[in-house]
Amino acid sequence: MNATDTLALLPLLLLAGTVVVVVLGIAVKRSYEVTAGLTLTGLTASFLSVCAVVPPVPRQVGSLLLVDRYALFYLGLIIVSAAAVAVLSYQYFAKHDGQREELYLLLVLATLGCGVLVTSVHFASFLLGLEVLSISLYGMVAYFTGRGQALEAGVKYLILASASAAFLLFGMALIYAATGTMAFSSIQNLSLDRSNLALLLPGIALSITGIGFKLGLVPFHLWTPDVYQGAPAPVAAFVATTSKTAVVALLLRFLAAGTQQSRAVFLVFSAIAIASMFAGNLLALQQDNVKRVLAYSSIAHFGYILVAFLAGTTMAAGAVAFYLVAYTVTILAAFGIVTVLSTSVADAADLEEYCGLFWRRPVLASIFTAVLLSLAGIPVTIGFVGKFYILASGANASSWPLIIVLVLTSVIGLFYYLRIVVTLFSVMPERQSSEQRVELGGAFVLGGLAVLVVWLGVYPAPLLNLIRAMIGALN
Amino acid sequence: MILIFLIAILLLAGILAGISARWSTQLPRWISLAALAVDLVLAGRIWAARSLSAPKLWYDQVDWNWVPNFGIHFHLAIDGLSLLMLILAFFLGIVAVLCSWTEIREKIGFFHFNLMWVLAGIVSVFLAVDLFLFYFAWELMLIPMYFLIVIWGHERRVYAGTKFFLFTQCSGLLMLIAILALYFIHHQTTGVYTFEYSELLGTTLSSRAELAIMLGFFVAFAVKLPVVPLHTWLPDAHTEAPTAGSVILAGLLLKTGGYGLLRFVIPLFPRAAHEFTPAALALGVVGIIYGAVMAFSQTDLKRLVAYTSVSHLGFVLLGIFSWNKLALQGAIMTMICHGLSTGALFVLVGGLQERMHTRDLDRMGGLWTVMPRLSALALFFSLASLGLPGLGDFVGEFLVLLGSYKVSVALTVIATLGILASTFYALRMMQSAFFGPNTNSWQLPDLTRREGLVMAVMVLGLLWLGFYPQPVLNTFAPAMDNLQRAAQMPAAALRRQR
Repeated sequence: MNATDTLALLPLLLLAGTVVVVVLGIAVKRSYEVTAGLTLTGLTASFLSVCAVVPPVPRQVGSLLLVDRYALFYLGLIIVSAAAVAVLSYQYFAKHDGQREELYLLLVLATLGCGVLVTSVHFASFLLGLEVLSISLYGMVAYFTGRGQALEAGVKYLILASASAAFLLFGMALIYAATGTMAFSSIQNLSLDRSNLALLLPGIALSITGIGFKLGLVPFHLWTPDVYQGAPAPVAAFVATTSKTAVVALLLRFLAAGTQQSRAVFLVFSAIAIASMFAGNLLALQQDNVKRVLAYSSIAHFGYILVAFLAGTTMAAGAVAFYLVAYTVTILAAFGIVTVLSTSVADAADLEEYCGLFWRRPVLASIFTAVLLSLAGIPVTIGFVGKFYILASGANASSWPLIIVLVLTSVIGLFYYLRIVVTLFSVMPERQSSEQRVELGGAFVLGGLAVLVVWLGVYPAPLLNLIRAMIGALN
Repeated sequence: MILIFLIAILLLAGILAGISARWSTQLPRWISLAALAVDLVLAGRIWAARSLSAPKLWYDQVDWNWVPNFGIHFHLAIDGLSLLMLILAFFLGIVAVLCSWTEIREKIGFFHFNLMWVLAGIVSVFLAVDLFLFYFAWELMLIPMYFLIVIWGHERRVYAGTKFFLFTQCSGLLMLIAILALYFIHHQTTGVYTFEYSELLGTTLSSRAELAIMLGFFVAFAVKLPVVPLHTWLPDAHTEAPTAGSVILAGLLLKTGGYGLLRFVIPLFPRAAHEFTPAALALGVVGIIYGAVMAFSQTDLKRLVAYTSVSHLGFVLLGIFSWNKLALQGAIMTMICHGLSTGALFVLVGGLQERMHTRDLDRMGGLWTVMPRLSALALFFSLASLGLPGLGDFVGEFLVLLGSYKVSVALTVIATLGILASTFYALRMMQSAFFGPNTNSWQLPDLTRREGLVMAVMVLGLLWLGFYPQPVLNTFAPAMDNLQRAAQMPAAALRRQR
C-alpha cells in the first residue's frame, strides 16, 4: 500500500480514525456534546476528503477495494446522510438520560461498514462491510434497552440478519466453487461458461437472499415495519437511507451484468420487484403508524429502484443513483419531522398526533407535506424527477409490464400519502399536545433537506450532471 | 416574457395572500383580485396586439433550457386557442374570488394561496408546448385543487378529493408513459432527445405504437373532460367542493381535457385518432345522453348541475373528433360558454347553499317570491344551459351538430335528443326550486350587490357570445388552421375516407 493507495482510501481511513478517537474520547471523559462534536468533525473531514480524492481515482487498492467516481459518489451520499442522522440524533437523544455517547460510536462504525460496501469489488470486503454495518445496527436499533418495542426490533433484526448473512456466505462459497475466484468480475461473464451454471445460479440466488434482506425486498421484508417502529427515529432514518443506499450501490456493481445475461436472474428480480411494489403499497394502506407507513413505503420504493436496475442500461444506473438521492433526502426529512416531534417518552408515530399539524406548526407541516408528495412522486419535488427518471429508463429498455405495475402501485401508494396529508390539514383537535421546540441543528438539517426536495425537483440539472460524470466510471 | 409574468404574478399573489392573512382577512381577497385583474389586462393586451400582427404560429413565446440532459425546455407559447382559454381562466378566477367573499371564513390566506396556485397551474397547462413541462403543469394544478376540496369542501370532502386525485393521477401517469414512449421513438428515428411539441409533430410511428400512445394521452384527457365511463369522480368532486372550487373545476379544469385533445391528441396522432374516431364520437354521444338523464334524476341541486357538465362536455368531445371547421368552432364555443353558464349556475347554487344550508331540491320550492333576482338569474342561466338561441351555449352546440352531421348523421340525431333532454332537467330544476308553493316558508335575503355584479357580467358575456360570436371564432381561426395543418387531415379527406 503506497501513498496513492492511502490517499484513495482516505475517506474510509478517516472514518476508522473517527471511531478510535470517539472511543478514546468516551474513555477519557463522558461528554455528550464532545462526542457528538467529534463525530460530526470526523464525518465532515471524511466528506471533504471524498472531494479531495477525485484526482487519483480510479484506483484499485489490493484486490478488495476499488475507489472510483462511482464509489466516491455513493460514499459522499452515505457520509452526508450519516451526518444528517448525527445532527438529528443530537436533539433526540439529548432528551434521554443514561449513556448516550456510544450511539455516535456505533453510527460512525456503521457508516464505515457502508463505505466498505460501496468500494468493495470482492466477496471478502463485501462480507466485512456488511457485518460491520449489521453488528453496529443491532446496537443502534435496540439502543433504548428500556423500551420493549426497541428490544423486540433489535432481537428480530439480529436473528434475521444473521440468518441472511449465513445464506449469503453459502452463496459466496457456491460461486467460489463454480468460478474459483471471489472477485465480482467472476459473475460478469455468466454466459461464457455454461457448465458452471449449476453451481453459479444457486450461488447467486443465495446472495440475492442476503442482499434482498438488507434492502427489505419482498419476501425478505418481514423485519422492516417492526424495526422501523421499534428503533429510535434517527436510527430508523439511518437504516432506511444510509444502509440501503450502500447495499444498492453494491448490488449494481455485483449483479448489473448478471441480469442482462441470465434470464433466470432477470426473472427472479422481476418477480421480487413486482411483489415489493404491490406488497409495500398494499400493506401500507392498513397502517395508522407513520413509522410503519414509511417502512412499507420503503419496501415499495426499493421495488421501483429494481425496475430501473432491471433496465440495465447506462441511463438506468443514472436513474438508480438519482432515485437513491431523492429517496435519501426525502426519507431523512420525513424521519427528521418524526424526530423533532418526538418526546422523551415515545416517538411521534401515531397518525393522531399529526392531526391539524398545519394549523399549529405550519412550517413543519409544510415540509412534511412536501416530503409526502415527494414520496408519492408529485411534481415540484425531487421524488417526481426520480420517478420520471425511472419510468424513462424503463421505457427506454421497453420493460412495459414493470412500468405498468409501477404506475398502478404508485397510485395505490398515493392513497396513504394523501391520508397523512389530509390528517395534517384536518381540523385541530381540542387537546393541546406538548409542543416540542426544534433546536438549531435540527432546524438547519430539516430546512436544508426541504430546500433540496423542492430545488432539485424544480431544477435537477446540477445533480444530473454530477451523476452523468459518475456513471462513466461504472462502464 | 409576458407569458412568464402571467404565471409569476399568480404564484407571487398566492404567496402574498397566504402571508397577508396574518394581518387582515380582507387583504388576501384584494391581493388575489388585483393579481387576476392585472393578468386579465395583460391577456387583453396580447389579444389587442394580435389583430395587428401577421398570422404566425405563436403570438408570443418563451423558450429556456431547463434540463438539458433530457432535452427538456421551459417553453411557453401562446396562440389563439391558448389565448381564449387564458381569458376564460382569468375571468373565472375573478368570479371564484368574488363568490367566495363571504362563503370562506376560515383559513382565508391558505384558501387564496391554493386558488392562485391552481390557476397558475391551469394557465401553465394552456401555455406549455414542451410535453414535459405540460405534464409538470398538469400535475401541479392537481394539488391545490385537492386542498381546496379537502379543506373547504362539504360533508364528504375527503372522499371526493381523494377520488379526484387518484383518478387524475392514475390517468396522468399513463399519459407520462405515453409521452416517454413518444420521446424515445422520436429519438430512435431522428437521434434527437426532445419533448418539444413542434418537433414531435409528425414523428413516424408504427400504427400499433401510435394507437397505444394516443390512448395513453386520450385517457388522461378523457378523465378530465370527462368521458362517460371515466367520469365518476366528477359529480362527487363538484358537489363537495366549495363554490369557488366548483367554478374552477367546471369552468377550467374540464377545459384542460378538451384543450389537450385539441392541442395534442389529434395533431400528434392523426392516423390513430382517425381510427379511434367512431368510438370517440359514440362516447361523446353516450356522455350527452347519460349526463342529461342523470341530471334529470338528481335531488341534490349541485349534483344536478355537475351532471349537466358531463352532458355539455359530450358535445365538446363530439365536436373535436368530428375534426372539421364547423365542429371545431362549435367545440371551442361550447367550452367557453359552458365555463360561463355552468360557472354561473354553481355560483347561484353556492349562494343558495350559503343562505339555506341545503342543496336538497325537495326542501326548496317557491323561492321566486322570496328571492326574485336570484331566481330570475337562475332561469336565465338554465335557459342558456338548455341551449336557448341568442345565448352562447346555443351557438356552440349548434355548430357542433352542424359539423358532426357531416361525419355521422345517426350520432348527430341522437345528440340532438340530448338537447331535448336538457330542457327536461333545466325546467325540472326551475320548477322544483323556484316555482310552486313555498312549503318550507323560507325567508332569505336576495342577491347582494357583489353577487349581482358578478352575475351581470356573466349574463352580458353569454349574450355577447350568443349574438356576436365572431370575435371568438376569428381569434380561434388561425390556431385551428395550424392544428388542422399539423394533423394533415383536412375535413375533406376525412369525408372521403368515410
